[in-house]
Formats: sequence, structure tokens, C-alpha cells
Amino acid sequence: MSIRTEPMTINIGPQHPSTHGVFRLRVTFDGEDIIEAEPILGYLHRGTEKLAEERNYVQIVTLTDRLDYTASMTNNQAYCLAVEKLLEVEAPLRAKYLRTMTAELQRIASHLIAVGFFLQELGTFGGTPLMYAFRARERILDMFEMLCGARITLSYMRPGGVFWDPPSEFWSSLDEFLKEFPSDLAEMEDLLLNNEILMVRTREVSPLSAEEAINNSVSGPVLRASGVKMDLRVMDPYDAYSMVDFDVPIGSIGDNYDRFWVRMQEVRQSLRIIEQCVDQIEPGDYRLDLPKVLRAPEGTESYGKVEAPKGELGFYLFSDGGISPYRMKIRSPSLINLSVIDRLLVGWKLADMIVSLGSIDINMGEVDR
Amino acid sequence: MLLKDLHGDTVANRLSEIDPEWVEKSDFMNVWIKPESLIDVCKFLMSDKDLVMDYLNAITAVDFIDHFDVIYQLTSTVTRKRIVVRSSLYGREELSIDSVTSLWSGANLQEREIWDLMGITFLGHPNMKRLLLWEGFEGHPLRKDFL
Repeated sequence: MSIRTEPMTINIGPQHPSTHGVFRLRVTFDGEDIIEAEPILGYLHRGTEKLAEERNYVQIVTLTDRLDYTASMTNNQAYCLAVEKLLEVEAPLRAKYLRTMTAELQRIASHLIAVGFFLQELGTFGGTPLMYAFRARERILDMFEMLCGARITLSYMRPGGVFWDPPSEFWSSLDEFLKEFPSDLAEMEDLLLNNEILMVRTREVSPLSAEEAINNSVSGPVLRASGVKMDLRVMDPYDAYSMVDFDVPIGSIGDNYDRFWVRMQEVRQSLRIIEQCVDQIEPGDYRLDLPKVLRAPEGTESYGKVEAPKGELGFYLFSDGGISPYRMKIRSPSLINLSVIDRLLVGWKLADMIVSLGSIDINMGEVDR
Repeated sequence: MLLKDLHGDTVANRLSEIDPEWVEKSDFMNVWIKPESLIDVCKFLMSDKDLVMDYLNAITAVDFIDHFDVIYQLTSTVTRKRIVVRSSLYGREELSIDSVTSLWSGANLQEREIWDLMGITFLGHPNMKRLLLWEGFEGHPLRKDFL
């Protein structure tokens, strides 16, 4: 027996607690099934690209912190690489290692947030996995505080290197972290990776085929979960990535579980990279001696890109010879990953909606800029 | 396999072999093509066996006062080559270029963003609305004459 139902349009957000920021989703339901989904953006638009046209090259570093505020380190890195390409300079070796190391710490912190909230949205009781994830993330933020005095908006990197050499207490905390965190992570993996409830809720839900992922310009863990082995750290090594050894985990069918699984595996790989960096790093300069106000030759352009925790983060710079860029474009992974949202949601149930959204891991600071 | 940035002139030569009308100019990084041939060029870049540009990294527009450049950054997941295709639109009023959303769905939100902030219309786009600012906002803020 079939019951006649009427489609119903519901706005989720912009203030909904599980939309990861001020994100609004207009969803049309038929009963419990989603038949249409449209993201509505712009509630956190601050005009970063326009602001950058009024600031000098070093000041812009602080603007990049406020893009993806759960991963400021990689934002700094992408921007600094773009400026270095524009000026045709290269950071000293020690700075490269420091950047690689801190970027990987940031990746762990960002993935822990992604995984923690993903599980929270699955309805884990009392937020236990989220607290496990935050406990580890807190230690990383403490280390960042030792590096540069800030926990979220770091501005640790500069065109031509990093702001400061790490103090001695950073190295001892890092050692401690590298000793203790793997067992914390193993505990999380034991609890989660083969958890039956989690499997039932996420296996084969909202799959994304490799062709669709590529056609939609998706990047980062979302793309790799669909089985496409694309990682800029391997394909276009920057900083010290060519000198370390690590694997790129890929999923098979790109369902919610694969996206979660890829992030968990990447945390392990990040730990490997950090350990190698600690072994290989040698004393030396941490920053080039560049002028306070940088100028690039007229008509030069550059595109600096990194594999940020959420995907390919790129900065396109065009210089007219002045002290600030003539145009700065930010290729933000979250915005472009969002273009698959309707493919992930349509045909699935209301209960899977927030989980699928959480599995893309968007950050509104970066989506709206 | 490492990514390889193709020299703009190499791509320009390859395109000219197919149709000499397509290419305007090229330098070490970019190929400038005529706006009216955009779709044909993109279809060729996607289907050519040496290129297979199936992944659109990003679309950008830059305001050069007398003209706007729309920049397409393309990568191949098969051949791992990267190219940059640009198209110059002259004038400041009622600018338009063909939408590539039918080829790469990933262009959807980015083309809306360019319309919103730069004021370039993409013809054939399924949903040509402002992305970040609200409907009814006057002007396009990333243009150099906005402030």
C-alpha cells in the first residue's frame, strides 16, 4: 500500500549546530527521502580576496589564518609558497622541515576535528569519541602556542621561512606527543574502525564514484576515498615532502565510511612524516633575510598549492609591481568539495543528511572567505 | 607519478594544428584562446589522448581595467599534465563567456562566484545566481572600480 505524500522544503541552518558554521542547506523532502538539496552560502563572507589587495605581502599572512580556522598552518603554507614562487626565492632547509612538521601536526588536528564531529553527528552517546579527539588536538594546540603564542590563528609561517625557531620545550613536548599519541590513536581505531554500529550507519551510504568525484573537481580525502590516488604532497612535492617517505591511503567506493577511514589512516601517515622530520632536521637558518616590504616584478604571476587537510588549497597571485598583490584568488577545497553535496544527499534519508555533510568536512571560513 | 606543467607554447602549437583560429597568443605558462572557441577547445583538451584534461582545478577572473581574463587551470588524472588556459574579454559592461559546467560539473559554484564578484555572465549555466552576496546587491566587489 502506498501513501500519497507531498514534498516539503526545509531550511537547515544557517544557525543549525551541526552544519559546521553558518551554512544553510535548503532540502526538499518526500516523506523522509531527500529529493533536492541546494547549499546557500555567503553568511561568513568577509571579502578576503579584496582585503588582500590593500595589504602588503607579509600582512596577508594573517588573513589566511581566518580561512580554514581549523587548519591555519596549511593556509599559511600555501600562501607563503605562492609568494616565494612569485619572488623566485626558496626557504632554507630547516624552515622547510619545520613547515612540513607543523603542517602535518595541523593535519592531525584538523582530521581529529573532522572525525570527532563526524561521529558526534552519528549520535555517539555523550560525545565520547569527540572528547577523545579533542584531548589529542589540545596537545597539538599547546605545541602551537609554544611555537608562536597562538592556538588557532597562528601566522607561524612567513614568505621565506617561518617566524621563529621552536623553543626547547616544543621539542620535548613533541617527543612526548609522538610517544603517547600512537597508543591513544590505536585506542580510537580499536573502538571505531570495525565498530558494527558505525559500519551499519555509514557503509554504502552516499557513495561517490571516481568519475563523479573527478568531474566535480573534488580534492583531498573526499577524492581519495573514491579511489583516486591524487595527493599534491606526492605528485608535486613542496617543502620537505620529497625527503620523507609515506603512503597515500585510498578508499574503494567513496561512501561515508571510506571518507572517515581515509582520514583515520592519514593521521597515521602524518605521524610517520613528523617522526622522519624530527630525525632529519638539522640546525640552520629558519628564515630568509627578505625586505620588510616585499615587491614582485610587474606582470608576474604564481600559483602556490598545498595538500591541505581538506583538499587542494591554492593561492593565485598576480603582481603589478606594487607592495600588495593586484589580484589574489583562493582556491578553497571546502567550497569546491561542496559541489557534490546534492549528489551525496539526493535519494538518501533525513537521518543520513548531516552525516554525509560531516563526511565532506567543510569549514565555512574557507567556503565563504 | 609527478605532475608536469606543460609549456604554454607547446599547448598553443598543438591547438593550432587542430584549428588555427583558436589560439590568440601564449607564453611560458598560459595559452590565450578566443572566448568564442572556449567550448570547442575544452572538448578537445578533454578528449585528446595525450592530454585528457579531466580535472578542472580552478577558475579565476582578473580585472585588467580594459579587459578581463578568465583563467582555467586544468589537470589530468590520467597523464598528470597541467595546463593553464585563459581567455580575454574586452570591455566592462555585459561581459559573457560560455559556461563549462556541462563539461566539468565542478565549475558550477566557481562560475557563480565569478559572476557574483567580477560580473562576468556564463552563458548556458544552469543556475546563474549570486553565490556569496545576496540577490539585489549592487555592483561586483572584486572589480577594480568598485571602491
